[in-house]
Amino acid sequence: MLSPEIRDKYTVVIGLEVHAQLLTKSKMYAPDSTEYGALPNTHISPITLGHPGTLPKVNKRAVEFAVKMGLACGSEITRHNIFARKNYFYPDLPKGYQITQDKGPICIGGEVHIKAKDGLERSVKLTRIHMEEDAGKSMHLAGEVDTLVDFNRAGVPLIEIVSEPDIRSSEEAYAYLVEIKKLVRYLDICDGNMEEGSLRCDANVSVMLNGAKEFGKKVEVKNMNSFRNVQRAIEFEVERQITAIENGESIASETRTFDATTGTTASMRSKEDLNDYRYFPEPDLSPVVISDEWLEAIRAEMPSLPHALYTKFTKTFGLPEYDAQVLTDSKEIALYFEELCGLTDNYKAASNWMMGPVKSYLNELTLSIDEFPIRPKGIADLIALVDAGSVNFSVASQKVYPEILKNPSASPLKVAESLNLIQESDASSLQPIIDQVLAAHPDKVAAYKAGKTGLMGMFMGQVMKESKGKADPKVATQLLEKALS
Amino acid sequence: MEALISFEKTQEEIKSGRIDCVGIVKHYLNNIQTKASLNAFVEVYEEEALTRAALIDQKIKAGSAGKLAGMVIGIKDVLCYEGHEVNAASKILSGFESQFTATAVQRLIDEDAIIIGRLNCDEFAMGSSNENSYHGKVLNDADHERVPGGSSGGSAVAVQADLCLVSLGTDTGGSVRQPAAFCGVVGLKPTYSRISRYGLIAYASSFDTIGIFSKNIADNALVLEVMAGADEYDSTVSQKPVPSYSTLLALKKKTKVAYIKETMDSPALQPEIKVAMQEKINALRSAGHEVEEVTFPYLDYVLPTYYILTTAEASANLSRFDGVKYGYRSAQTANLESMYKKSRGEGFSEEVKRRIMVGTFVLSASYYDAYFTKAQKVRRLIKEKTEDLLSTYDFLILPTTPTTAFKFGEHSGDPVAMYLEDLYTVQASVSGIPAISIPIGHDKKGLPIGMQIMANAFKEADIYAFAAAVSNLK
Repeated sequence: MLSPEIRDKYTVVIGLEVHAQLLTKSKMYAPDSTEYGALPNTHISPITLGHPGTLPKVNKRAVEFAVKMGLACGSEITRHNIFARKNYFYPDLPKGYQITQDKGPICIGGEVHIKAKDGLERSVKLTRIHMEEDAGKSMHLAGEVDTLVDFNRAGVPLIEIVSEPDIRSSEEAYAYLVEIKKLVRYLDICDGNMEEGSLRCDANVSVMLNGAKEFGKKVEVKNMNSFRNVQRAIEFEVERQITAIENGESIASETRTFDATTGTTASMRSKEDLNDYRYFPEPDLSPVVISDEWLEAIRAEMPSLPHALYTKFTKTFGLPEYDAQVLTDSKEIALYFEELCGLTDNYKAASNWMMGPVKSYLNELTLSIDEFPIRPKGIADLIALVDAGSVNFSVASQKVYPEILKNPSASPLKVAESLNLIQESDASSLQPIIDQVLAAHPDKVAAYKAGKTGLMGMFMGQVMKESKGKADPKVATQLLEKALS
Repeated sequence: MEALISFEKTQEEIKSGRIDCVGIVKHYLNNIQTKASLNAFVEVYEEEALTRAALIDQKIKAGSAGKLAGMVIGIKDVLCYEGHEVNAASKILSGFESQFTATAVQRLIDEDAIIIGRLNCDEFAMGSSNENSYHGKVLNDADHERVPGGSSGGSAVAVQADLCLVSLGTDTGGSVRQPAAFCGVVGLKPTYSRISRYGLIAYASSFDTIGIFSKNIADNALVLEVMAGADEYDSTVSQKPVPSYSTLLALKKKTKVAYIKETMDSPALQPEIKVAMQEKINALRSAGHEVEEVTFPYLDYVLPTYYILTTAEASANLSRFDGVKYGYRSAQTANLESMYKKSRGEGFSEEVKRRIMVGTFVLSASYYDAYFTKAQKVRRLIKEKTEDLLSTYDFLILPTTPTTAFKFGEHSGDPVAMYLEDLYTVQASVSGIPAISIPIGHDKKGLPIGMQIMANAFKEADIYAFAAAVSNLK
């Protein structure tokens, strides 16, 4: 482990390249299905296999998804899109080149808002987002000498989101990935599942002495299959690089692979062995031109985004940052909550209901909010019931709410009435109970009056018991205090 | 059979009942057998063609036949036809059967044309003599010691030797026009993007066109109008409506024509070709057309530009032939790298490998700007200069080839000499404009001479009308 003094001499510079598999029905350049988990080599038309004579055709939906991500990040959208061939040989690459974008990516610039370690918000600048196609999968089966190739994934649309070398710690890298995942899921363009490979991340890591004018030599780290592993890989790399520099060694520009079991990185290939990909404009595709009309149509499909909702929840609804963070974690929860807040003015109560009874019900049954039986109106009625003083929160959440879950169309007020749960807050009807309780305990009354004010709790308990829990505690306390004074 | 010199005659014969489609197919099958030594056909769909002929005869009787009923067509071995082998004349695709039909071919079939077989060519359409084929060389029927031209040599000879009425070739830098000139037939390279390339095995995607060989202009025009036009499988194909070329063959006015000085003054030009061109120029003037000499200062740059760009595209287009998914895989492989090297090393011929190497070189990081980027710029200059000339003149005329058909082996030791064969045809390819080669006579040895006519993009109708007028000049 490096000592903090040494570590603090260095600035860490990280850029991330994230590949997101798009949730289109068909492939980037072919009509084959993109369905995950099908039997090997069942979604492979001659186009996917790169049979001689075939030509690619751009999937319009994939273009729209890429534009959505760009709009969400505030990127400039390229109107005249051309494609390029990236040439290399690999068995899972059917044409011997990948159709991607080189010069003129569909989205230029932009930024992703993250929360830094100090709790402050900052933005990570993006270089670009471009469209491309996925490769197939090589499989090495036990007992099988040959490598087998499944081409189902070949041609599945991807966007590659390239950040500037703008990230300064492994925690920020983690936070950045969380935000990317949140964004693609809000936009409904990618399921964001890193374990299944629908989100993939390569990290470019370098270190330099604080205040240095030039970045250190960049090392690319690959093969991380979770956000946590990206963070671990970067941590290891930073330590490795600083240690090397402190020992007077130089850092080699290279590609390294991360081993999740040991938490270390190992050299894969040096920059000298790098492929020359010989990019050139793809002559088999006409430029894809994004007209004003098309762009507006895509913009009209844009949902509310987490950052905008977070701001709304904290600023407009006045919620604590923690609440806003939790409520914007998933689009579905956020949208449910937003709808709920249209039906009640008690935003904090709405937040408490979401983070308490609603979430615990969902967690218990591992349901998503889409499967939650109660519509926002039902929760709003429950809040109104408490606000009106008809029941208190614990009665509402423990007695009424379970009934509404069983029968979502029922009115919370009617349920409370039929269960005889409505609070007694009318002084004239409570006074006889107060009088009865005090008359039954003359010794305790005397003790109270002698200074044992702690007996108030006992009197309240008796009042609650006699009223079968319906006494409004606030009113009952006032009446008791008055009678005992 | 005299009756089958044109589709119009063929249709008359069918109508009169003197012959039917089965009879026509038998006539060609017989010729193919008699002239098998020309090696024009790689595969003949004998039974299939007869079965289809019988079916189309019934359709003709029922009055439901398409507009190409009775037309017998051969297709170059780079065009896909579902359920049929296609090899691009290469060992690397030996045994490969296509799973779909090229759009252009499908449109011919939909109009009841009969596909009689698959025609020999240079491997991956790379060559100017048809000596570079896994299926062996093709003989020019005008002189069996001479080449038919390339790369669509088999297609040219098939029409020349009456083995079918019309054939399809492909033209990337002259592969239809040059063999048409060598074999004395009509050969059209349409505007780039006029015909869908779906199902055409790519050589150089931004140059490749399907082209048509025929005995006359009218047949050529009819076939183009059937094949051309928008296609959902090719995003680069033109969406422009397709004129009915076959009804637009009459020249409506006297034209303004230019011939390119540099092509006529070239020391490489065979004197008899120059004389034949001069005679046509004089005849055009006598007929009231305006003919002027113009200069085209970029002639020296067209071949380098063409070879840099086409080899670059080819190097990527041919990467898919790797022995992994289909086609030839060497038996002598120990690991992934040796599988690639041996399969591709053994599967491709020298010429194809040469072009892949050149293309890989011009795209490599250190040379990209010096070659590829520069060539793209020069391509634009050539295109703009050509369009500039065609804004003043209706047509540009020039010899199709510097020489008539040469002997086998004459250029095989020297690839650059072979490349010079394309000197006059690549200008239209680089510019993407249409060009036709029509026969205008013979040299002293009796070998055909071709004249090339170029016009602005999508002016095929004008080219056909003018070519018909030139053919009829006394």
